[in-house]
Amino acid sequence: MMRFIPVRETILGSAILVLLLLVASRFAGFVAPSNLANVFNDTAPLIILALGQMVVILTRCIDLSVAANLALTGMAVAMINVAMPGLPIPVIIAIAIFLGAVMGTINGILVWKLAIPPIVVTLGTMTIFRGIIFLISDGKWVNSHEMSPAFTDFPRMVLLGLPVLSWAAIITIILFGIMMARTGFGRSIFAVGGNPHAAVYTGIDVGKTQFWAFVVSGALAGLTGYLWVSRFAVAYVDIAGGFELEVVAACVIGGISIAGGIGSVGGAVLGAIFLGVVKNALPVVNISPFWQLAISGSAILIAVAFNARAGRNKGRIILKEAEGAQ
Amino acid sequence: MSVLKKLATSVALAGAMFGTPAFAQDDVRIAIVVKALGIGFFEAAAEGAEEAAAELGNVEIIYTGPTDTTAEGQIEVINALIAQQVDAIAISANDTDALVPALQRAMDRGITVISWDSGVAPEGRQLHLNPSSNPLIGNMIIKLAADHLPDGGEVALLSATTTSTNQNIWIDEMTAVMGDYPGIEVVATVYGDDLADKSYREATGLMQSYPDLDAIIAPTSVGIVAAAQAVVDAGKVGEVNVTGLGLPSEMAGAIESGASQSFAIWNPIDLGYSATMLAYELSQNDVEAMAGAEIPMGRMGSLTLDENNEGAMADPFVYDASNIDQFKSIF
Repeated sequence: MMRFIPVRETILGSAILVLLLLVASRFAGFVAPSNLANVFNDTAPLIILALGQMVVILTRCIDLSVAANLALTGMAVAMINVAMPGLPIPVIIAIAIFLGAVMGTINGILVWKLAIPPIVVTLGTMTIFRGIIFLISDGKWVNSHEMSPAFTDFPRMVLLGLPVLSWAAIITIILFGIMMARTGFGRSIFAVGGNPHAAVYTGIDVGKTQFWAFVVSGALAGLTGYLWVSRFAVAYVDIAGGFELEVVAACVIGGISIAGGIGSVGGAVLGAIFLGVVKNALPVVNISPFWQLAISGSAILIAVAFNARAGRNKGRIILKEAEGAQ
Repeated sequence: MSVLKKLATSVALAGAMFGTPAFAQDDVRIAIVVKALGIGFFEAAAEGAEEAAAELGNVEIIYTGPTDTTAEGQIEVINALIAQQVDAIAISANDTDALVPALQRAMDRGITVISWDSGVAPEGRQLHLNPSSNPLIGNMIIKLAADHLPDGGEVALLSATTTSTNQNIWIDEMTAVMGDYPGIEVVATVYGDDLADKSYREATGLMQSYPDLDAIIAPTSVGIVAAAQAVVDAGKVGEVNVTGLGLPSEMAGAIESGASQSFAIWNPIDLGYSATMLAYELSQNDVEAMAGAEIPMGRMGSLTLDENNEGAMADPFVYDASNIDQFKSIF
């Protein structure tokens, strides 16, 4: 019975509820349904990126280039939009996902074929991608009045009460829920991260699985690149600077083990929502900005400490008799 | 020194004798040296310089600069200008110190040297023209908000980071003149860290925490753009006015949507105009650049020099719906 109620997600979910109550005690308007929808909408890019990052971390890798990928794709599609304002938005989105996937492919090949440690590969590509943005844009901004109205309006379009940006996150969550639980690829990701040697014996190509994990993460970063640039209606070299660390933080808070193999879609989503609530709550609870960073950091540490405790009884005793004999 | 001067004079004489067309005229030749050619901001400054030249009558403007923003490129340009025996050089420098020897050589040959926009170390120029000053900027940002709030109201500041030197000085200067704006109350100061997403979130937070907020002042170019977008998305255009410091090309959308009534930044045309006027005064009217001197600069009033021979041109220039189209393609 207990195995149907995931402990970590329950703890994290309660933590988010407690946080919401705390914020509501200082600013009641924060928990109004419309504001909660805004918070979710604001967190949507983080959720999408956290899901991509989750897949990578599960395979014992890490992708630090997501924010730079997002920024480069965002700049590229913004410039394409300026050059060809008539290009329909679905085509723009397809280009964004494709560009992101190409960048993910570069990471994946370097990790798979050259066996360079992922943290080194993605640190390198992170800087390269940022540099390329400077090269293609000449350091200039793409501004809201240069973008076509269709380009900037798409993520704001309201369908069934929620903006498209929120729906993009919801659809990603559903697709990932199915992929991780119901497909061979999803299961092999857990296998590769949980025990690579055993995975090889079952016929899974560890490097190839990691490669595909990077492609998935890159494609999602590309999609987010378009959503980000159109939402904030501006593209420049430094957009989403440092956001990769927030994405990794969301995964860690969500109980994705940095050592790979352990984690869930629900965890990553709740981790992202937790951070999103903190980020949106701090400006309205009237706390000195000098304290905000410290509070954000403490929240991350506390959440991780919880996870570490929850993960401790994970060790499995396989020889019950031997334990009893001691 | 005197030998050099003689030499320079004889070279000039020789030049006059063999005469290029430019030498044949009596025009005062003022070189406007910019960081690099092809930058909208400096093209606009050159436009201002031409305006000053037309006003003065007998002035020829030589608009020049390297093709990329390097000190080496500017040194070559300066050497070429020395060889051409121009009357004055007004430079926006790529490096504070690297240009000093070349510019000293120019001054040794009797050429007037001033810097504008981006300065040269004091020993390499006679004076430096700053676009504005911290007190003027501090006053301007609150004035921009107050001008649209005749009955007073609540304003909030959206700055860059807590440690941004420029923004903190401007906010201090603003606080110092708050007494001049009765009825205007600064309800909060928040920090967007010059990140679009954080600035957007902070601006949204401000509108939630202070439902009666009338204006958001963002003295930073990322913040002002993000705040304008947040106001549009919150449906508060007309209720909350976003203002501060921004670039016309980046703010054109915000002016168009009505999220921002007006904002300010230096006007490159005025800057080029003033630099030309100052160079002319120093070169032709025997005005000496020294601490405390007041040097006239045509329609821009006069420049008062401080102990470093630096002066501030004017208040930042205000951009609004009436002039944004003219400037948005410039810079």
